[in-house]
Amino acid sequence: MSASDAQAVPAPLDTAKKPQRETRLMRFLLTTLGPILAALVTSGLVLVAFGINPLSYYAFVVQKGLLSGLGLEQTLTRMAPLLFLAAGLIVAFRAGIWNLGVDGQFLLGAVVAAAFAPAFLGILPGWLLLLSGFLLAGAVGALWSVLPALLRAYQGVNEIITTLMMTFLGVSLANVLVKLVFLDPETTVPQTRTLPVEDRLPRLFDTTISSGLLWALAAVILVHLVMTRTAFGLKLRTVGANPLAACHAGLSVPRLTVAVFAISAAFAGLAGASEILGVNGNVRADWNPAYGLMVIPLVFLARLDGVGSIVLIFFYSALLIGSESAARRVGVPQDFTLVLVATLLIFLGLAEWLDHRRRKAGG
Amino acid sequence: MRSFVRSAGTPLPEKGAEAAGLVAVTKRFPGVVAVDDVSLGFRAGEVHVLLGENGAGKSTIVGMLAGLQQPDEGQITVNGRPASLTSPVESLASGINTVFQHVMLVPTLTVFENLVLGDDWWRRPPRALIEDRIAGLQRDFGLRVPLDAVTGDLSLGEQQQIEIARALLRDSHVLILDEATSMLTPQGADELGERMRRLAERGIAVVFITHKLREAYRFGDRISVLKQGRFAGEIAPEALRAMSEEQAIEEMVRLMFGAGDDAAQPECGPARETGPVRLKASGVATAGSIEEMALSGISLEVYCGEILGVAGIDGNGQKQLAEALAGQRPVIAGTIELEGVDVTRASVGKRRQFGLRYLTDDRLMEGSVGSFPVSDNTVLKQIGAPPFWTCGVVRPARIADHARDLIKRFSVRTPGEATPIGTLSGGNIQKVLLGRELSDAARVVVFNKPTYGLDMQNIAASRRRIRQIAEDGIAVLLISTDLDELIELSDRIVVMDRGRICGGLANDPSCPSEMRKAIGRLMVGEAQVEEAA
Repeated sequence: MSASDAQAVPAPLDTAKKPQRETRLMRFLLTTLGPILAALVTSGLVLVAFGINPLSYYAFVVQKGLLSGLGLEQTLTRMAPLLFLAAGLIVAFRAGIWNLGVDGQFLLGAVVAAAFAPAFLGILPGWLLLLSGFLLAGAVGALWSVLPALLRAYQGVNEIITTLMMTFLGVSLANVLVKLVFLDPETTVPQTRTLPVEDRLPRLFDTTISSGLLWALAAVILVHLVMTRTAFGLKLRTVGANPLAACHAGLSVPRLTVAVFAISAAFAGLAGASEILGVNGNVRADWNPAYGLMVIPLVFLARLDGVGSIVLIFFYSALLIGSESAARRVGVPQDFTLVLVATLLIFLGLAEWLDHRRRKAGG
Repeated sequence: MRSFVRSAGTPLPEKGAEAAGLVAVTKRFPGVVAVDDVSLGFRAGEVHVLLGENGAGKSTIVGMLAGLQQPDEGQITVNGRPASLTSPVESLASGINTVFQHVMLVPTLTVFENLVLGDDWWRRPPRALIEDRIAGLQRDFGLRVPLDAVTGDLSLGEQQQIEIARALLRDSHVLILDEATSMLTPQGADELGERMRRLAERGIAVVFITHKLREAYRFGDRISVLKQGRFAGEIAPEALRAMSEEQAIEEMVRLMFGAGDDAAQPECGPARETGPVRLKASGVATAGSIEEMALSGISLEVYCGEILGVAGIDGNGQKQLAEALAGQRPVIAGTIELEGVDVTRASVGKRRQFGLRYLTDDRLMEGSVGSFPVSDNTVLKQIGAPPFWTCGVVRPARIADHARDLIKRFSVRTPGEATPIGTLSGGNIQKVLLGRELSDAARVVVFNKPTYGLDMQNIAASRRRIRQIAEDGIAVLLISTDLDELIELSDRIVVMDRGRICGGLANDPSCPSEMRKAIGRLMVGEAQVEEAA
């Protein structure tokens, strides 16, 4: 993974087919497998420094996250909110909008769904209750993006700043809502009323996997198709790739920008609903899983591709689930997962940069 | 910058010797040739004026001498030896200093701090030495350098003096002043001229970049004219001294706006039959800002089958006019009519439906999306429209067919329709855009610098195409900074100056040199009057 390695790769773009395939393989090794191995080794060294055998840690991760039945079910269940978030982020990033406020949108969506569903339980039929819960959460998520959207579209205010600021406000507001407005009077811990398990999203077959997974997969695939196959998707991509050209072509850049924010934030709201109506059933005060920040790098590594995102999120979920249990068993802090993930991201970023430089040098 | 320590400085090259030069330098940017096979020599003891319009290649030459850009072909020489200036540090080390158009000082630091910025960080700045040298500069060149003043409190003229002082402290052999008078009052400009003279007398090679003809005559020893990236000719010191101001300006106008090659007789067909008014603008005005020229009181009519040329020095509102007509720029006063229908408030898309087409001059950043394939770029202005989309769902095969057809008809050289358009040459991108704008039911076409940066063959092809569409009865508004092009193609020509139309005349392609002079005078005339005032 050094610069000299990168230069050792032949640059045979103009020659026969075989070397080209070799280059592609080399690129895959260089930009994907290389960094993963490097991250595993580096994190392993950290574990060694703690006096822990890294191999047993990794074995536990794989065992729990992928190989054990219950673990795999947890992994798949965990994917649902991440996939919804990925759908929203793909729309935004492809359109050149940095919606970094998905966590606030997610949490507000979750709180609204958690407040709504138990209150209307028994009044609405089950399917309508869940559907309205999802729609409401999506609407609230979208609502939380209105301010950054308008500022961006009509005043050119940088949305990275505004969406991040709105996320802080959103997280705090969600907290306030849980503690003051939607508090369940029957519990001592501050949390919303709990939706009974049987009224949540149905589980798949005889497993514990929430059917939210299916909807989330559908969302990502839908977004992928819309972005690649429709006029609307091409408009958004044009705005993202070159706003000047979009304006020149007669597209209403401000209106499309607002639409992108709304769609992206609505998916974040749906992610919140899927976590509440599918898995948790309530929102505890101070609950903030910050899924959004985890998904952002994954979506980028998948190059904003829907299928790639699904694959990466699957492995990432497995890592999350597996490392929780592995940390407990080998006796390292829970947060070691973050060390592993951070190292991985750094190495992937480095590889990307090297690859970019190499291609630039190659012509 | 160890130069402060060697207070004596390195000896300057002998007067008249070449301190720096360009040898057959070519620099390309994606889509355009910015500098095309230019050779220049900057001699010690001379004020060498580089004259040219915006886009003539002056800034690129400055960029290469300052080490910000590297030539693609040819060589830069310093003291007669080939030098590779791959960074500003190397350029400074070779004794080349540049005072840019916009002041490059840190406004919150004191003047002294700005002067020692970039010096070795481990060494205490040699205050006494610098004071000593500044006193010398004050004596020799009349530079006022208040060392303890906060830079941001000084006027632009004073800040520029500090930049010149900084350059002299670094013992430059070559001092480049890039559009240095544009920020100054007329009096300040005169002082600068005086200072350049004294610097040259000390044996420094002064390079003065400008587009103002009178300054070129008054301040310069030698004048080199650049035109669209090429060397268009020079006025040597002896010749310049022998000329009166009027003669010199006449000669500069000829070099700047004259024919590139006299051999090429413009092919001109019989006068076109023109029909009813297709495009009419009445009193159109747009809002301006510090960076953008405002339009005011623009009125023009383009008839069916006619080519109306718009001449003017670049940056006098031509782009704004094109954008206002196309609907990309809001109009604050006046009306725009297409075949009698008021479209002043109509959107870009609506105007396109009326048959208005706009071919932008910025083919890379505005006309196309570089990362998209050629095929998508051919339908970029019709996203969602049948037959390429049905119910909003893309029909890739139809787009590909359309693109292949366009590639064939406009002989675009590309590996295929799926190739990202950004990888094509400027000429081929232009052909794609031309094809896109002309492909269906065009009635009025606005061209903005349609041949800018293209090679000769593509220029000829584009001009043929423009003439052809006018013959087919389309109304054409042709904005160009190339007078030959306007004279070759237009039926009538109007001239823009500072956001207004300052004059117009019927074109007579049979006597191009007369036309050229008449238009050239309109283009520089008013600006010169104001400068002299």
